Amino acid sequence: MPRLNRRALLYLALLLMALAVPLYGNVYYTRFATQIAIYGMAALSVDLLLGYVGLITFGQAAFVGVGAYVTGMLTVAGIDDALIVWPAAMLVAVAFALVIGALSLRTEGFQFIMVTLAFAQMVYYIAQSLRSYGGDNGFTLGGRDALAGMSLANHTVFYYVVLALLVAVMAIAFRVVGSEFGMVIRGRRDNERRLAAIGFPPFAYKYAAFLIAAAIAGLSGALMANHSSFVSPAILSWQVSGQLLAMVILGSPGTLIGPVFGAAIYLVFQQVLSDYTDHWMIFFGPLLVARVLFIKEGVWGLLLRACGAHEVPAPGAVAPDRGAAE
Amino acid sequence: MTFALFVVQLFNGVQFGMMLFLMAVGVTLVFGIMRVINLAHGSLFMVGGYFLVESYQDTGSYWLAVPLALAGVIAVAAVLEILVLRPLYDRGHLDQVLATFGLTLFFNEAVVVIWGRVPLDLNVPSFLNGHVAIFSGVNYPVYRLAITAVAMVCGGLLYFVIAHTRLGALIRAGSDKREIVAALGVNIGLLYTAVFALGAALAGLAGMMTGPLLSVESGMGDPILILTLVVIVIGGAGSVRGALVGALLVGVLDTFSRVMLPRLFGLSAGTALVGMADYVLMAGVLVYSRTGLFAAHRG
Repeated sequence: MPRLNRRALLYLALLLMALAVPLYGNVYYTRFATQIAIYGMAALSVDLLLGYVGLITFGQAAFVGVGAYVTGMLTVAGIDDALIVWPAAMLVAVAFALVIGALSLRTEGFQFIMVTLAFAQMVYYIAQSLRSYGGDNGFTLGGRDALAGMSLANHTVFYYVVLALLVAVMAIAFRVVGSEFGMVIRGRRDNERRLAAIGFPPFAYKYAAFLIAAAIAGLSGALMANHSSFVSPAILSWQVSGQLLAMVILGSPGTLIGPVFGAAIYLVFQQVLSDYTDHWMIFFGPLLVARVLFIKEGVWGLLLRACGAHEVPAPGAVAPDRGAAE
Repeated sequence: MTFALFVVQLFNGVQFGMMLFLMAVGVTLVFGIMRVINLAHGSLFMVGGYFLVESYQDTGSYWLAVPLALAGVIAVAAVLEILVLRPLYDRGHLDQVLATFGLTLFFNEAVVVIWGRVPLDLNVPSFLNGHVAIFSGVNYPVYRLAITAVAMVCGGLLYFVIAHTRLGALIRAGSDKREIVAALGVNIGLLYTAVFALGAALAGLAGMMTGPLLSVESGMGDPILILTLVVIVIGGAGSVRGALVGALLVGVLDTFSRVMLPRLFGLSAGTALVGMADYVLMAGVLVYSRTGLFAAHRG
């Protein structure tokens, strides 16, 4: 079977599996799958920057958190129409990204990592200072939003809405990276100077990708706030930004679907281990180190290889050094 | 703000700044020479605090406990450098960031397993208790003055080592062209371990001295680490002088904004602005210069 068809079949099988989760009949699994889909969307936004533009952002939690806070604030204020609240969450996340991106994209490499981390921490402190919204303790929403009059309180309904949004975001992201714009940003990942030399201003393209990623992260934040009906500064902590990067790496960067797998692995790992021990991080930390030091490929890459659906590089092609785009 | 309060806050700001400087030296040297971004540096700060609590409980004397704890931090750092950092030198920033982030997660949990989740208290050594009049009518804690003094002595020693010793010459040469230094027959692996251990010792010392001011707990190094990164962005990566200037700027600004902004803008808006102050300074420096005030390297 041609590799491309195998991959299409794989996508179809995965989608069917995702659709079938609520049929299992256990609300716990439906909620867990919802969580995976939401974190997967946030990780996908990191992958857009990491895998395609070559930008290592350590501050994506800022936009997730802004989306969650906007959603929480509007919902508490009585505005609970998802068609208003969620786009508003995305817009405010993009507004933050307009400022943070304009400043952080002036830097590159090592500094970009530190600057995105620092600005995310700033947003964290702002959230912490919101005393009327519980300060450090956060606040509860009192319920989920309604989508065009339809209540999302039912876990199965909410799961399908989240899944539909994830598929839609992924489809849009695939369109974006496959477009001419996508070719330009991948060109910037592989060699920014040459890209500039042939007449594409790298900053404008990086900035645009940064804003798109922030919008996706903002949406995932809105869903996160709805999922748990609770928002606190913890959602903005620097560990969350690190976890999102870890998910992308576990899954396979530069694939858009891999990060969703990475999110699943991360959350399953957390769930299984925390049954045995409160100290699961003591295992996850070294696992992350081992993944970086010893394993060259993420899970999605391994899965494609196992199904014979991986891309065979053209003879003489040089794989770009992931992330080290300078 | 009275003049007395101003002076006290200035002393506090310099003390906090020197503390940040001790942290920043390690991060900036490791970046300047090994080209590695080390997010686990905050863990070394935390480990220093825990080791001092433990060694003080065991020995009952700060004169014994501090050197013991320092030796412990240096040992941990040497193991880390050899096992984890070394394979990262030839990797991209992404691998370095993720592996050292993984180490942070490990250390934050490991201290909980060993010492429990309850924050531990560390008392100010009795001979540093009390206050001293810095001028008539204005008293200042001896302990904070001692921290500033120790940090300044460390800074002076560091200057001496870097400017006037063979190790310092190797460090300076290594941060310019490490390949040439290696080609000249210097054991570059040993130099790397030494630099990493030196930075770790300073971070551990900072953690030990901060212990009595805050409390020793899991994750205590994380906010300090992020502020250290802000210091380095401001000062310029790889530059020790930049680290000193950046640390003092951030230390003084942070301290004064905590006192002034809530008074000027009210409690709620003021608190939000306090959280932003350091980062607004960083943004301002970035607008002025993409590589910080005293950049030694780009990227």
